[in-house]
Amino acid sequence: MKNRLKVLRAERDWTQARLASELEVSRQTINAIEKGKFDPSLPLAFKAARLFKTSIEEIFQYEGL
Amino acid sequence: MKKLKTETSDWAASNSQNITRLRYWIVAWIAASALAAFGPGFLWNYNTSLTIAGVLLTLGIGFGMIFANKTYLHGMDELHQKIFLDAGALTLGVGLVCGLSYEMLEDIKLIPFEPEISHLVMLMCLTFLAGLINGQRKYQ
Repeated sequence: MKNRLKVLRAERDWTQARLASELEVSRQTINAIEKGKFDPSLPLAFKAARLFKTSIEEIFQYEGL
Repeated sequence: MKKLKTETSDWAASNSQNITRLRYWIVAWIAASALAAFGPGFLWNYNTSLTIAGVLLTLGIGFGMIFANKTYLHGMDELHQKIFLDAGALTLGVGLVCGLSYEMLEDIKLIPFEPEISHLVMLMCLTFLAGLINGQRKYQ
């Protein structure tokens, strides 16, 4: 799954630690999501969408069929 | 935003509190286990009532430790829960397969000594540790 988390974060000039703090996860989790190594749960995806005031589809794109 | 920040601080503080609580339970369980193991021989000369009390105390504190661990696990974020779960699954598999095989070795006369449960516990600890390290590296 692709995501625009890094872009959205950079637009706000936030560090990974800041975003992690806002989403109540560890910095390692944000790093793993940004690198596409870990797919977040639906609640975390909704939380991120709410934080960035956008939709989940604007952040996460499924690459499968 | 202010509310979100407060919630965030609460989450971090709660996590830290869960770790501290789990540490206390682990230390208490080790102390209770030592008391139950060495108390009969060194402290109360195999008095049955005290020995049973020691064992029950160890079990009680052990269950407290399990619940503290559960609380700690639920307080983790989802990536760390996954790493923990993967390491736990690996440990369960290795423990079951190797434990039963090890136990069988004596039955089929391949080893001359009786298998010790402590060997299995050590293997499971090392497997869990390896699983955690592997998970941490995988998601670095």
